[in-house]
Amino acid sequence: RQQWDYFAAPNVYWEIEGEPYTVAPGSEFRWFRSRILGGRTNHYGRISLRFADYDFKPYSTDGLGHDWPIGYEDLAPYYDKAEAFIGVTGTREGIRSAPDGVFLPPPAPRVHEVLVKKACDKLGIPCIPSRMAILTRPLHGRAACHYCGQCGRGCVTASNYSSSQVQIFPAMKSERLKVIPHAMARELIAGDDGKVRAVSYIDKTTRAERRIRCRVVVLAASACESARLLLNSKSPRFPNGLANSSGVVGRFLTDSVGYSLRGFIPALVGMPKHDTDGFGGMHMYIPWWLWDKKDKDFPRGYHIEIGGGYGMPRLGSFHGACARHQGYGAALKAKIEEEYGAFVSFSGRGEMIPNAHSYCEIDPDVVDRYGIPVLRFHFRWSDHELKQARHMHETFTAVIETMGGRVIGPANPEREPRGISVGGTIIHELGTIRMGDNPRASALNQYCQAHDVKNLFVADAAPFVSNPDKNPTLTIIALAWRTAEYIAEEMRKGNV
Amino acid sequence: MCEENPTRRELLKSIALAVTAGGAAAEAAQHVHQAVAEARQAGPYRPQLFTAPELETLAVLADLILPGARAAGAPEFIDLLAAHNDELAAIFTGGLAWLDRQMEQRAGVGFASAGAAQQTALLDRIAWREKAPPELAAGVRFFDWARKLVVDAYYTSPAGIAALGYKGNAGMAEFRVPEEALRYALERSGLA
Repeated sequence: RQQWDYFAAPNVYWEIEGEPYTVAPGSEFRWFRSRILGGRTNHYGRISLRFADYDFKPYSTDGLGHDWPIGYEDLAPYYDKAEAFIGVTGTREGIRSAPDGVFLPPPAPRVHEVLVKKACDKLGIPCIPSRMAILTRPLHGRAACHYCGQCGRGCVTASNYSSSQVQIFPAMKSERLKVIPHAMARELIAGDDGKVRAVSYIDKTTRAERRIRCRVVVLAASACESARLLLNSKSPRFPNGLANSSGVVGRFLTDSVGYSLRGFIPALVGMPKHDTDGFGGMHMYIPWWLWDKKDKDFPRGYHIEIGGGYGMPRLGSFHGACARHQGYGAALKAKIEEEYGAFVSFSGRGEMIPNAHSYCEIDPDVVDRYGIPVLRFHFRWSDHELKQARHMHETFTAVIETMGGRVIGPANPEREPRGISVGGTIIHELGTIRMGDNPRASALNQYCQAHDVKNLFVADAAPFVSNPDKNPTLTIIALAWRTAEYIAEEMRKGNV
Repeated sequence: MCEENPTRRELLKSIALAVTAGGAAAEAAQHVHQAVAEARQAGPYRPQLFTAPELETLAVLADLILPGARAAGAPEFIDLLAAHNDELAAIFTGGLAWLDRQMEQRAGVGFASAGAAQQTALLDRIAWREKAPPELAAGVRFFDWARKLVVDAYYTSPAGIAALGYKGNAGMAEFRVPEEALRYALERSGLA
């Protein structure tokens, strides 16, 4: 019999039965959760961008938000290690907004990507090979990509990076890692000395509570889930939740600004058909290019992701064509087949400034099926983000028209019903357990160690101080690497 | 009927839900085609939701929407999905009944038994939202759904994939772009 379980693996998890979250009146937010080994790395976009030097000092640059307690030079060696370990494509470009790294050669650009690049050249916008955690050469026993295009199923050759295949499975083979499946962490138990003594979790199969004693705890449950766990870990000594004497846990929640636009490109109609699958995602992208321009009407910036090609026909592939052309019969069939592969799409991913209206907290009224209090989200875009999304629209329109094409409309109308993505839907939420030098204004020090609890560390995107226009995963890996070295050193010294 | 294990049932339910909510996984359609193929192995397809006359009406409608959709298995594809989703089931059983009723009022016979000219005359009234008379709004709504799912079923079938000329899902050692394709687009774009 066919094994269905693998293909039915959860890859769309906006709602989980029995595990609700709530959204405060007046807010809009959606929370993606991956309840699988390796978490979101199983199905993220593999886009691997270094932060720029100025991204670590946003407040010093424009007076908004907050500076990181570390700079680019602190993280650069760990970006090097992370890229060399997971494998990232790219080219050395010398662009300040997109620092160069340790790169594998990129694949050739697809035809529509060549057209985008030519249009960008005319407009004075950089368009460079994309930086993706996908192997174009074998690396550390993993095979190079064979361009089958089935990346969404989970890569059978581990040619794209996921922590499950690249770190967790090898670590399990070493027999120095024990994985406890079906464990839902409930709270961290602090001892009289102020350190975490145990992790309390619910065994989902029996709903019984279990505890593991620990010397060190590293949280990496995703930014909001890690914050939830700390906020739910209350005790007389830690009445606001663990590691939260500053009160910042759950605050400073941001997501990337998302906006996308689709264009129809007549030059692609009738092109000789060929395999454009390539590796999963774009082969070229557009890094931010106006970082030193003062005359725009919004702070910070965005990068642009490029879509197009002869996608594998799937449910919904031609619903847009049906809505545009309507009708039926031979005329509809001819339209669909003529237009197939003649579209490009552009998705902007921009920086949101943390604001006082965007945070998560424990909802006192609701618990999940395991009895664990759930999160309540508050979220609001400010004018900064709305203006940025409008700038994206103008840029995408200019590129489409320079390609000789015409704008069709939003590429993701459901995710972006009002010209900007719904908060949370870009799945770059972060900042909820932020780091800093001042224990009164931050929960963690620069090594992602809790100011209040010396044996507690956070290794997801919760420690981020800002949310630049770079997808967070590569920075999560680099920060985690730095934290791991620090933990090892502190344990050697007997400090934790 | 195919022997349906709980996992298969869950899978079809989740795909049908994704169809109504938007955003099914890339391979989802292939699961449905495979389920149809397995159901046919033991003999003629036995519909899970529709009656035999309903399935025939849907088949006639499918071929009108996209010639070749019936042979590509679109009616069975829709039957399997709608059998696993109450919303789709109501849309399709209700819509097919609406078609029959309209045709009976016009021609005295059900939709499938009417002549080709009568069938297209009715579809012409509901296939363009802006041109449709308000009293046929229910038919327009149904036809939107029928068109979407027939298009989904056909273009994810081997016949539809061949009609599109999709060459991917194949694998290659090094990603290459044919020179003539690049030249073609560059010449026509004015960007060369």
